[in-house]
Amino acid sequence: MEKWIPFIPERASTVAGRVDALYFFLVGVSVFFALLIAGLELYFAIRYRRRSPGEMPAPVRGSMKLEMLWVVIPFLISMVMFAWGSSLYFTIYRPPKDALDIYVVGKQWMWKLQHLDGKREINELHVPVGRKIKLTMTSEDVIHSFFVPAFRIKADVLPGRYTSVWFEATKPGRYHLFCAEYCGTSHSGMGGWVTVMEPADYEGWLSGGRAEGSLASTGEKLFQDLACVSCHRSDIQGRGPALKGLFNRPVRLEGGQTVIADEGYIRESILNPRAKLVAGFPPIMPTFQGQITEEQLLQLLTYIKSIGPEETPAAPPSPEAQAPSGGAGVTRKENVKQ
Amino acid sequence: MIPKQPRTHYLNISYGFKSWLFTTDHKRIGLLYLVSITLFFFVGGAFATIIRLELATPQGDLVQAETYNKLFTMHGVMMIFFFLIPAVPAVLGNFLIPLMIGAKDVAFPRLNLLSWYIFNLGALFTIYAVVSGGVDTGWTFYTPYSTTYSNTHVLATGVGIFITGFSSILTGLNFIVTIHMMRAPGMNWFRLPLFVWAHYATSLIQVLGTPVIAITVLLLAFERVVRIGIFDPALGGDPVLFQHLFWFYSHPAVYIMVLPAMGVVSELVAAFTRKSIFGYDLVAFASIAIAVFGFLVWGHHLFVSGQSVYAGMIFSFLSYAVAIPSAVKVFNWTATLYKGSVSYQTPMLYAFGFIGLFTIGGLTGLFLAAMGLDIHLTDTYFVVAHFHYIMVGGTIMAYLGGLHYWWPKISGRMYPEGWAKLGALIVFVGFNLTFFPQFLLGYMGMPRRYHAYPEEFQVLNVMSSAGASILAVGYILPMVYLIWSMRYGPIASSNPWPATGLEWQTSSPPPTENFEEIPVVTWEAYEFAGQE
Ligand code: HEC
Ligand code: HEM
Ligand SMILES: [Cu+2]
Ligand SMILES: [Cu+2]
Repeated sequence: MEKWIPFIPERASTVAGRVDALYFFLVGVSVFFALLIAGLELYFAIRYRRRSPGEMPAPVRGSMKLEMLWVVIPFLISMVMFAWGSSLYFTIYRPPKDALDIYVVGKQWMWKLQHLDGKREINELHVPVGRKIKLTMTSEDVIHSFFVPAFRIKADVLPGRYTSVWFEATKPGRYHLFCAEYCGTSHSGMGGWVTVMEPADYEGWLSGGRAEGSLASTGEKLFQDLACVSCHRSDIQGRGPALKGLFNRPVRLEGGQTVIADEGYIRESILNPRAKLVAGFPPIMPTFQGQITEEQLLQLLTYIKSIGPEETPAAPPSPEAQAPSGGAGVTRKENVKQ
Repeated sequence: MIPKQPRTHYLNISYGFKSWLFTTDHKRIGLLYLVSITLFFFVGGAFATIIRLELATPQGDLVQAETYNKLFTMHGVMMIFFFLIPAVPAVLGNFLIPLMIGAKDVAFPRLNLLSWYIFNLGALFTIYAVVSGGVDTGWTFYTPYSTTYSNTHVLATGVGIFITGFSSILTGLNFIVTIHMMRAPGMNWFRLPLFVWAHYATSLIQVLGTPVIAITVLLLAFERVVRIGIFDPALGGDPVLFQHLFWFYSHPAVYIMVLPAMGVVSELVAAFTRKSIFGYDLVAFASIAIAVFGFLVWGHHLFVSGQSVYAGMIFSFLSYAVAIPSAVKVFNWTATLYKGSVSYQTPMLYAFGFIGLFTIGGLTGLFLAAMGLDIHLTDTYFVVAHFHYIMVGGTIMAYLGGLHYWWPKISGRMYPEGWAKLGALIVFVGFNLTFFPQFLLGYMGMPRRYHAYPEEFQVLNVMSSAGASILAVGYILPMVYLIWSMRYGPIASSNPWPATGLEWQTSSPPPTENFEEIPVVTWEAYEFAGQE
């Protein structure tokens, strides 16, 4: 259908049509006003052209009524644009809860993508059609920007923090992936493709290739190798707080404030533990800044997310799954109280 | 009656390099700026030419990627800091403000000359950066690329911009004091030409905004040299902080580039319809409103940088609010034509061009302020088209229109009308062919600052490059015939159009002290009726 509209990129996500609708609304308003102005200019210029060199038109100083008219009407129309644009913005930047996580690491000049099951890709992203996907992104060096025109989504990818954006593809195909934020020499080469597949094909693609173990299990292994587990124990209260069920829960900090343990918080807790101390614990956790890569950090993050109170089916069985009764939620509560 | 030039005037009162390089006459200083910025305009234009040639084919085959990145960076730096920001205020503003308010000179003539020297000193640093290898960060200098990863001449360029900023501040200060203190008897605020109001508003931005960019550049330099860790996350800094600081100045700076141009258009429309601008008061206040609200919308450049959605909403709302005064101006110019006596001389053609292109530029700003749509459009060619419509379509149109309109006053000679009309037409056609396709490219998803691009974008890019070559002709033409006319153009009378405004009540060219005797103003702005 949309093939018939020229100069519109392919529409391959659930928001694409909504972005286009807003675009068409703005094009409509703009064409109307541009033609109005041009038409009036042209008409007046011809109708009131100078007919003799000495001509002296009668002065007109202005009209408050008319002027109020063209203050108020454009303002009201612009408020429609404001409200419409904002609601769309909320949709695009607020990932739904049930979205599938995929991690993106940008670096000069390539995109590294990690799927939860451990599959990795470079400059290629395979996703199933009809599934909500949340991208959690960070950069190893400068600022990049993840841009898929066919999905009408874009988000800056910043070093030192996570940003996220989500989409749901609606049409199988191959779509451009661009870096939209200037990042140095090969900025224009920092692109690739997003391949949207039918769910069955996607399953086939997932199971092909070498198996590396899921991201969470790699993370778990890392959790042991880096000796995180020596302080963060799941069975008993170790020297550090238990991490079970931490993700997206409020955490009481030393000093009284409470923060939500989102990706950004967990990231900071690992790289810069002193920045926000959990109430009741001494500042003994060493920093891991510079010792682990962005990708490893994402693996740890996935692992910590996976040991939530309700076992996520994606997460492999782990020792925590057989943790003694009491429940993860209670463990957390105790932490918060301390 | 054939007009006669006065026996002595500011151009022939003294000769020789020294009489120009040590002049404190605001008119001569205006011309010094004219020479400087014309030079920088053609340097910036040369970079643009290579950029458009490269983009004629999808592969990056004409220049290397590094070279391409330096080209668009230096194009932006030259055009913005060394051409667009000073263009109207430093050339036309310097020349005209004292004349328009009935003063002998600006409040601080020597400071005025100093500003010109500072401006060129800054330019010299930047040109040093260019010839010694260039800089590749984009005119926006985003961190941490500019602080940590780029190994080009960021520092020299930054120093250049830092120094030039002082010239901008001093010029703004000079204008503010001049407009407050030096008005002729009877010239109260609401008798001032709208050109002066626009420059007053611009000067406020220059004085209040420029220090922020100076500090930002300074921080960037510290970070780059001694790694203080404000912007680089590897050192514990925040890269987005730079963007906030940068746009806190640079959004108002876009109004430094367009407000004076609006002032020019008000003069042109009044003169070539022989009517007062419809709703003078509202147009004057609109300038001030733009200057004030312009400081509150910087965040609309950061909609996709992870800024909080609520902050985004505030910036989006304010961006719409600041668009209203611009719309008011367009409507009021249009209404001025109503029952006027419209003539189509070259300056008016440029004014028509300005109104048309500025309208498109402003309307597409509304697309970008709609946050959900900006996600798709930001950092694509749509943004490039938007700001070129305003800054090239708007500001340069108005600048050229103003230059033609006041040329008889500046040079004492008329420019050749036929050639000039042809030039205006070529600029208009070339401009639209160059930049309109970029809106389409942007929506189709072509990112900006791309050295090579997918093949499906080629047709529109070729159109754009073709348009650019037409545009180049349109810009070279006026330079040729204006220089020609300084010698061979017909002698201009003191008020050839005729127009209101004190600048037309003194001889063409004016004497060094502007007026034989200080005028006493007893009429309103644009009062054509009392004029003979
Ligand atoms: C020497 C013991 C120790 C080691 C080793 C250690 N931590 Fe910690 N960790 C702590 C302590 C104590 C706290 C609570 C105080 C604080 O916030 O720094 C903590 C807090 C945390 C938190 C925030 C928990 C909350 O409830 O808000 C996370 C997440 C975390 N650590 C992850 C890790 C990871 C991942 C590793 C391994 C790479 C690790 N830690 C290694 C002691 C340790
Ligand atoms: C009329 C109201 C205007 C609105 C609502 C508006 C809105 C915007 C927005 C939202 C952006 C950010 C786009 C993005 O990066 O995604 C933008 C960019 C820009 N605008 Fe406007 N704008 C307006 C007028 C102007 C004017 C008058 C000028 C200049 C004289 C201007 C010059 C620019 C420039 C230079 C940029 C981009 C710079 C860059 O990223 O390199 N705009 N505009
Ligand atoms: Cu990039
Ligand atoms: Cu802006």
